[in-house]
Amino acid sequence: MLSLPPLIEIHNVTRTYHIGRSALHALSNVSLTIDHGEYVAVVGTSGSGKSTLLNILGLLDRPTEGTYRIHKQNAGELTDRQRTTLRNREIGFVFQEFNLLARATARRQAELPLFYAGLSRNESRRRALNALEQVGLADRAGHRPEELSGGQRQRVAIARALVNSPSLLLADEPTGAIDTRTGEEVMALFEQRHLEGLTLVIVTHDREIAARARRIITLRDGAVISDERRPALSAAA
Amino acid sequence: MRLLKYFPLAVENIAARKLRSFLTMLGVIIGVASVLTTLGIGRGASADIMQQIGSEGLTILNVESGTYSDQTWTSGPPLTMADVAALSDRSLHPDIDQAVPIYRQYIHLVAGNNNRYGEVVGTTSAYAAIHNLELEHGRFLTENEVAQKTKSVVIGAEVAQKLFDGADAVGKSLRITNEPYTVVGVFRKSGWGRFGNMDGRAVIPLAVAQDRLRPAYTSHRHRGEYIVSEIHVNAVSVERLDAASRQIEQTLRLRRNLTEDEPNDFTIDNQAWLLETANSVAATLTAFLAGIGAISLLVGGIGIMNIMLVSVTERTREIGLRKAVGAHNRDILLQFLVEALMLTLVGGLIGIAISYGLAEIVESFSSPDFPLVVLIEPGSLAAAVSVSAACGLLFGLYPAIRATRLDPIETLRHE
Repeated sequence: MLSLPPLIEIHNVTRTYHIGRSALHALSNVSLTIDHGEYVAVVGTSGSGKSTLLNILGLLDRPTEGTYRIHKQNAGELTDRQRTTLRNREIGFVFQEFNLLARATARRQAELPLFYAGLSRNESRRRALNALEQVGLADRAGHRPEELSGGQRQRVAIARALVNSPSLLLADEPTGAIDTRTGEEVMALFEQRHLEGLTLVIVTHDREIAARARRIITLRDGAVISDERRPALSAAA
Repeated sequence: MRLLKYFPLAVENIAARKLRSFLTMLGVIIGVASVLTTLGIGRGASADIMQQIGSEGLTILNVESGTYSDQTWTSGPPLTMADVAALSDRSLHPDIDQAVPIYRQYIHLVAGNNNRYGEVVGTTSAYAAIHNLELEHGRFLTENEVAQKTKSVVIGAEVAQKLFDGADAVGKSLRITNEPYTVVGVFRKSGWGRFGNMDGRAVIPLAVAQDRLRPAYTSHRHRGEYIVSEIHVNAVSVERLDAASRQIEQTLRLRRNLTEDEPNDFTIDNQAWLLETANSVAATLTAFLAGIGAISLLVGGIGIMNIMLVSVTERTREIGLRKAVGAHNRDILLQFLVEALMLTLVGGLIGIAISYGLAEIVESFSSPDFPLVVLIEPGSLAAAVSVSAACGLLFGLYPAIRATRLDPIETLRHE
């Protein structure tokens, strides 16, 4: 494990938004390293820069200053195409609002990343059904979002995020729109995959959710104010 | 084909918004249907005009002695049967089908107490064929009647009406210069044309006319040969009219010993210009109608662009998500483009189907006096389909480009 280079390395990253004439520093001078297989919670009040950090990690956004390396590649030097491909193969996203396609069945939702990866229809179907089975929704493959509960929708989104077997899963308030018990189930799904080696970065403002992680990074006003490592997660938690 | 993979996606999106998709297509449907129907009416009308011109004997070159220029008629030596014989030589005149002599006089036709002043045409049995003359009753003059100088006559519809009060004239007798002729046929009514009033004439064998209807002030012979009033030279085709005309000119100039600097002392009436005029009128009409159709297609296309733009805005979040999970800009572009293409193509096909229905309706208003034929040609169909596809590409492109330019983070936050 120790011989592997870090999965993520950000160095002096600043992200500035210009609103009219004033500049807003969503992130300022953030440096972080996340290794393969880590389980990280990013906490902070709203406006602390959590989501901006997650967007940069997920290659959806570019830092204004500083460098970001993922898989030893300097993200700043990648073309849009390369970034999209990397996102498709190595990163899974889970959002607070699920972001499912309004009219597609669960299977088609899960197939989406594979469609853009250019997999054959049969292979996509097989893998999507497999991913749905792993989140316990094998019997809901033909259902559309309006026919699913909030927890089930989030599990479809998780199946979609994991269908490409990414090395990094980025979740933005994954339990924010669902009840506590369902939230627990969702977290259990993440943690199970974490035990299998998936790197987890979860943005949350929920202290209880954050407490489950092995490392908690706290942001305030765009800067890291604490970076706390904790003992190993027990499988039974 | 990589494009194919976007088709199920497009079908899904179109099917998910049935009413809107239909309204979007409506512009193209109306555009294509109106282009095809108006073009069809234009083509039908021009085909009808062509047919009428064709029935006037467009391939005929009318050869007369004398020339008309600067409002003055200059006469020349008359044309004779020897000229007809010369022009009938196919080896020298490959573009001439046949040369038919005409000997005409205006004279009284009498039957009982009825009489009518009319044009009596002496000619051969080939006359009816080159003039596309159809018979209402009886038959035209046979070769035998022409050779035997039989006193048979074929009369126009007005002559039949006037002399025989509308009764069937075949087998009856009429008098020309006080000699009896037997009516063997009555022409179908065809009205006025290039060669005058077809319904007011009586046609008899050439030699009979030459013998019996002597001109009042001139000899009926020239250098021992019977003179003719005109020669109707039928060219092998409309395309060869000019060539045939040149061949006639060459032969007649030679026969009349005209030197190089002497002008023609005969006239060859070539009606190819009529065809050209008709063609250009038809082309103008077609262009005009197609222009109207094109405008409605344009309006339809703008409608599609509008709806696609709305659709892009409405699906901002979806686009963001697709990008987040790995859709390249090209994927987004093609998704929207294929959708637009499909809307317009389906619209085009529905438009084609409707145009056939409209054609039926238009043709049901047709009457013999006002014939309406809608001619939808394969070329128009192909054009309609490709134009609607082009519309889809053209008007789908901008919204599709807009979609690709959306920033994934912004779009994911979009409500």
